[in-house]
Amino acid sequence: MRDLYRRFGPGLATVFLSLVLIWLAAMVLAPNLMMIDYALRPNLPPAELGGPQDVWSLDNVLYLANEGVHRAIFFKTIWASALVALLTLIVCYPIAFWMAQRATPGQLSIALMLVIIPFFINEVLRTLAWFILLAYRGPLNAVLLNMGVIDQPVRWQGDGGVLAGMVYAYILFMLLPIYNAIESLDRSQLEAARDLGAGTVRTHRRVVVPHAKAGIATGCVFTFMLAAGSYVAPALLGSPGSRWFTEIIYNWFFEGGDWNRGAAYALTLLVLCLAVVLVTLRLFRVNLTDVAK
Amino acid sequence: MSHSVQLDGIGMTFGSTRAVGDVSFTVQAGEFFSILGPSGCGKTTILRMIAGFLEPTEGRVLIGGRDMRGLGPNQRPTAMIFQSLALFPLMPVWENIAFGLEARGMGRAERRKRAEELLRLIALEGYGDRMPGELSGGQRQRVAIARALAVEPGVLLLDEPLSALDLKLRQHMRAELRGLQKRTGVTFIYITHDQSEALAMSDRVAVMSNGLLQQVATPRQLYDNPATPFVARFVGETNAITGQIGAVGGGMARIDTAMGPLRGRADPHLAVGQKATLYIRPEALMPGTGANTLHARVSRMDFEGAFALVHGQFPDGAALTAAVPSTRLSDAPAPGTDASFFFAPEHAVVLADA
Amino acid sequence: MTADRIFRGLFALYLLAFVAYLFAPLAIMSAAAFNTSRFPTVIPWQGTTLDWFSAMWADAAMWQALWTSAIVAVLVAAVALPVGTAAALVLTTLHARARSVAYAVMVSPLLTPGVVIGISTLILWRQVGVGGGIVLIVVAQTTFIICYVMLMVMARLQRFDRTQEEAALGLGASRAMVFRRVLLPFLRPALLASGGLAVLQSVENYNTTLFVRGFETPLTVFIATKVRTGLTPAVNALALVIIAATVIGAIAWEIARRRQVTARPRS
Repeated sequence: MRDLYRRFGPGLATVFLSLVLIWLAAMVLAPNLMMIDYALRPNLPPAELGGPQDVWSLDNVLYLANEGVHRAIFFKTIWASALVALLTLIVCYPIAFWMAQRATPGQLSIALMLVIIPFFINEVLRTLAWFILLAYRGPLNAVLLNMGVIDQPVRWQGDGGVLAGMVYAYILFMLLPIYNAIESLDRSQLEAARDLGAGTVRTHRRVVVPHAKAGIATGCVFTFMLAAGSYVAPALLGSPGSRWFTEIIYNWFFEGGDWNRGAAYALTLLVLCLAVVLVTLRLFRVNLTDVAK
Repeated sequence: MSHSVQLDGIGMTFGSTRAVGDVSFTVQAGEFFSILGPSGCGKTTILRMIAGFLEPTEGRVLIGGRDMRGLGPNQRPTAMIFQSLALFPLMPVWENIAFGLEARGMGRAERRKRAEELLRLIALEGYGDRMPGELSGGQRQRVAIARALAVEPGVLLLDEPLSALDLKLRQHMRAELRGLQKRTGVTFIYITHDQSEALAMSDRVAVMSNGLLQQVATPRQLYDNPATPFVARFVGETNAITGQIGAVGGGMARIDTAMGPLRGRADPHLAVGQKATLYIRPEALMPGTGANTLHARVSRMDFEGAFALVHGQFPDGAALTAAVPSTRLSDAPAPGTDASFFFAPEHAVVLADA
Repeated sequence: MTADRIFRGLFALYLLAFVAYLFAPLAIMSAAAFNTSRFPTVIPWQGTTLDWFSAMWADAAMWQALWTSAIVAVLVAAVALPVGTAAALVLTTLHARARSVAYAVMVSPLLTPGVVIGISTLILWRQVGVGGGIVLIVVAQTTFIICYVMLMVMARLQRFDRTQEEAALGLGASRAMVFRRVLLPFLRPALLASGGLAVLQSVENYNTTLFVRGFETPLTVFIATKVRTGLTPAVNALALVIIAATVIGAIAWEIARRRQVTARPRS
């Protein structure tokens, strides 16, 4: 703090500090604290607010634990998000490796453009593209029917559609961190591994993956978090049988009219995401400071 | 207008480490003054305290007789040239040079005019619109100097500005800096770890070691009359022969060593029986025997042109270096033999061990 | 040698498949804008038309949504740039331990699901009587977009030589002048880039915006609602315009960047 004032003088330092404090206090901390408060209180009519009923309890969270359908959707959201992260990792790893170690500078700049352009286009449009592609009478079914792979159109919308749309939507968040990590790997290490007789698989398992683990962890954490917190992909590509936890939360707010229960659900989602982030980082022994792109 | 700089018992403590302790000296207005010492000796800390980037934890700095306490670097009549030069890479050369004038609120046209004058002074006319990245190392060096001189500082502080240059350019810039200092008459305080640089350019030199001031003297005095064992060893080459003080008197002392009694100049306050060391320069040793004779086994001889450096070992294991002029090479002992060297007592210095 | 060749061939195929995977959905979506079919698709092709573009152009609700998104994006960038820069500067002047704590707090919005940011913002502001609308959209979006600005400015700051600031101070500049003439010009590329990123992030945001939009309909909400209530290829026409604008923008950016790199050789 003293360094800040010494470096920028009292005027500027005070301005910087107040901007940051306002952000952290009013936009980061206060909303989350208020959400916790909401989650712990029952949903009461205005007249009873502040009355004897208006006390903290875990009722809203327990409701989620006891409500079978919601609980199932909650757990499905978790493992499906983990699956999204895993699939995205599998799709991206070879590309990231190629870009970081094999591509010529010219190929690299084209490749970077090609992967970044779809992600400048917004998530809703990316999902819409899949909505059209996967439609019952859409191009994918038509092509597969023509090729004779299937006899009748497949209803892609549902869990499969959501997974496909999400993997597509979060490729960049996986690709870039892994690319950055592998890029810093000295090529001579790969040559040394090959020289010592290691095959492709062993080279990756023993040399590349350990070197890139911070990037892999970062990519997985972000992809999981984005998938678990996504609303648009399940809303557009899902079916009534494939509801996502965020949709339940949305319903509490704008259809069920019970903000307290909605807040409790959102809080559960937040705690879960933070737990996954922290556990993953600990497992991969990655510092939070490295989680920046 | 140049200023004097007075350090009055300044010290600097970072946490639990004392980087500089109780340093006092005065730099005269218009002087070329160097602070010499190995890296980590506290010389850069002193310079940063004079410039105002650091506030001393003890003592005070006076510039032109004015106490500088509480004044930031932008309020002091000093300008600094950094080791990295720290030119502003996104401003053209002329804006770099005129930056200090801009800070003083001078109008753009006038700034440009002053910048052109300074470019002429450093022989870089027509380079005003280049970017610093387009200049050579020596040109950047000169721009940094011009930028500092533009604000007409009372004191110019230089933090090893030549260390990034190659040897030839460095020697050229030494002469140029010295000439510039004479022409402008500005007080220069110059930091370096290179003793030949300090000796060649400076009016006076302060030698520092471990945060403590060792000696302030002219280059000649420093070489001939080192005040402490550190100065004797750090400035120039020397041979050190340890022993005990046998007698003191008439500005001389007798020191009893493993090679017998030797005589050299000494402080009259030395006490008989005190542990002491006699320091004698390689070029003061002559082959042969005389009143002060040393014995050593010669191990090798390096011919360097004007001199041949004879290396060997004294009986107690200490290293011997003697510089024999090429004209007397025939007297030089052959490697592998035992040889004798003698010296005149007034060329040797006896100092009490620290 | 032959095994290597086969492997290379397979990998080339994989690369092709990957590019197809990236662009086929976008290509199909764009192509559907020219099909006369009322439902956006490319099979069967019922005839080529530009009608959907004029339908899109004539859609007042679309223009309203675009306008809302534009206002929000500009406001978000205007708030996120100074705050994000301030956060980066504060963070870099903190000492090791305080810095890692502050860093964790400051990147936490990035690790918070978008819907949660929207919900917590909505709940807090209801307490002070502010409902969903432009203001809340801006507040909720800036909460995490500030993080992106902060990270980009920090990355640039790491390459800043602080002796430049000392040199400027030593030449008599005030702290404000040092900031304006030395630090700010150095940060300019990062500020431009993060300004662009802030606008993109704002315009494309859906998950957070959905909860705080009140009665406003920004572009993403407009499109998602169309999908559920009555999708016509007019939306595809809009998508194609956005894609074209993006591609042109990306190429222009790349050209500008290359030109700058060649114009100013690194010392």
